[in-house]
Amino acid sequence: MNASRALYLALLALLLAAPFVGYPIFLMKVLCFALFACAFNLLIGFTGLLSFGHAMFFGFAAYVSGHAAKVWGLTPELAILSGTVCAAGIGLVTGWLAVRRQGIYFAMVTLALAQMIYFVCVQAPFTYAEDGIQSIPRGKLLGLVDLKDDTTMYYVVMVIFIAAFALIYRIIHSPFGQVLKSIRENEPRALSLGYNVDRYKLLAFVLSGTLAGLAGATKAIAFGLATLTDVGWQMSGEVVLMTLLGGMGTLLGPVLGAAIIVTMQNYLANLGSLVSIVMGATFVVCVLLFRRGIVGEIAHRWGKKA
Amino acid sequence: MTEIFGIPTAALFGQLLLGLVNGSFYAILSLGLAVIFGMLNIVNFAHGALYMTGAFFAWMLLNYAGINYWYALILAPAAVGLIGVLIEKTMLRWLHQLDHLYGLLLTFGLALLLEGVFREFYGSSGMPYELPAVFRGAFDVGFMMLPKYRAWVVVVSLFLCLFTWYVIEKTKLGAYLRAGTENPNLVKAFGINVPLMVTLTYAFGVGLAGLAGVMAAPIYQVSPLMGSNIIIVVFAVVVIGGMGSILGSIITGIALGLIEGLTKVFYAEISSTVVFIIMAIVLMVRPAGLFGREK
Repeated sequence: MNASRALYLALLALLLAAPFVGYPIFLMKVLCFALFACAFNLLIGFTGLLSFGHAMFFGFAAYVSGHAAKVWGLTPELAILSGTVCAAGIGLVTGWLAVRRQGIYFAMVTLALAQMIYFVCVQAPFTYAEDGIQSIPRGKLLGLVDLKDDTTMYYVVMVIFIAAFALIYRIIHSPFGQVLKSIRENEPRALSLGYNVDRYKLLAFVLSGTLAGLAGATKAIAFGLATLTDVGWQMSGEVVLMTLLGGMGTLLGPVLGAAIIVTMQNYLANLGSLVSIVMGATFVVCVLLFRRGIVGEIAHRWGKKA
Repeated sequence: MTEIFGIPTAALFGQLLLGLVNGSFYAILSLGLAVIFGMLNIVNFAHGALYMTGAFFAWMLLNYAGINYWYALILAPAAVGLIGVLIEKTMLRWLHQLDHLYGLLLTFGLALLLEGVFREFYGSSGMPYELPAVFRGAFDVGFMMLPKYRAWVVVVSLFLCLFTWYVIEKTKLGAYLRAGTENPNLVKAFGINVPLMVTLTYAFGVGLAGLAGVMAAPIYQVSPLMGSNIIIVVFAVVVIGGMGSILGSIITGIALGLIEGLTKVFYAEISSTVVFIIMAIVLMVRPAGLFGREK
């Protein structure tokens, strides 16, 4: 317990010191995607449900918060909140449909529903189709703190990330989280113990979608941009890869996975389609040889500590 | 000009025909998915990418080697089938004992990989595939003009679907396959080479996708993105129909193609989402799918 507390403290120090070493813009991107991956991991890693449509929360929340900040002129925290609330709403409706099917069908249903949201975003007037919502103002936090400065913005993103991470930590270690894990391990058994499995799954789905929406909404404010890329199926695939690479069902895995993928995309960005080749190959290698992911592998070698 | 509900009949039947063509492709692809799922318990996400690969092989054969459509119709699916053998033997085989989700993840990676490779070399804009001379022009069937090539695609697809259905449901080979789906160990005990059967099933399924790709090449532009565009719709088709029944996949695929064509005429705004909306309704009313049995 002490070792992991020391680890978290070290990571906190790292997050606080990071903008003095690295580029705040890059760090914000890592944190937004790390949050996205953590939210996704809540579902796949701790409930055993593979959603192939998480981009719908991320991307749609980005559009809503961008619209709220730019057109309605809301302050950033309200803009992010409105994006997040919309994601929760979508999560409730899509989750209600998706939990009716299990396993592989669940993945296909979420993918298809996400594609539907994607087409809605292509056609809806407020998303500006191919252009996306551009130059979204960061505005002033609570009407007081100007977020124009990248470092200030970074700390806001950091606080959001830490709060969401703490929430996920709390969820996983709560009795509710234990029920989710039991569903992951053996669904019929959880059912026979009297748990309303579908309702638990739905709640997990909504929580995961809401947090993914929080990530997308924050990203839209931090980067002033919400586009179709955020809501397309490739984005859903990316978050799966981040989680798989870092380690499904580990707390820190998705964070590490997101950091690696975002770094890789930064380096390969000029090479266009190479990104998708490398990502595809990473997927294949992870599934064939490396199913625990990096953090999972470390935890496994060192005996269950992390 | 004659009209139905204020829509010129020519436009209506034109869209219905296009819907039928799309529906035929949905049917072939979802049929392949169903056959593969039955035998391997894997949802083949790479199905769309292999369909795209088939179209590209046809394009390459024509433009690099001057080999025409008719040979491509055999060579390209065979090549895609070989890729399938390779994928099954080197990768999917190792996932048999694991959760189904890993198969989906692996084939998703393969889809990204294939799409990336073709994008690297050919860019993401589409390339036209020249229609063979025999198929130029259209039949005049009285109430509309029927382009020859579209008629050909519909006829061939229907034949392929019924042929597959016949082989699986009515022949001895199909009986082995179905038995292998139910209980592979027992079938092995009868001296049947189940691993070989699994490999060939996968090769056959993706070969069908490759063939669909060749047929699609002259209608749509040959583009690296054509696979991912269609596979998600096909997944929705599979959710609607359920993967339990071969005939069910065929009927669902064609019906949804037609419905999509109709919406293009009457309410074009939702034509790209109508399949997903139907999926949502089916999930509400009949969660197991129209022809489905939960597995």
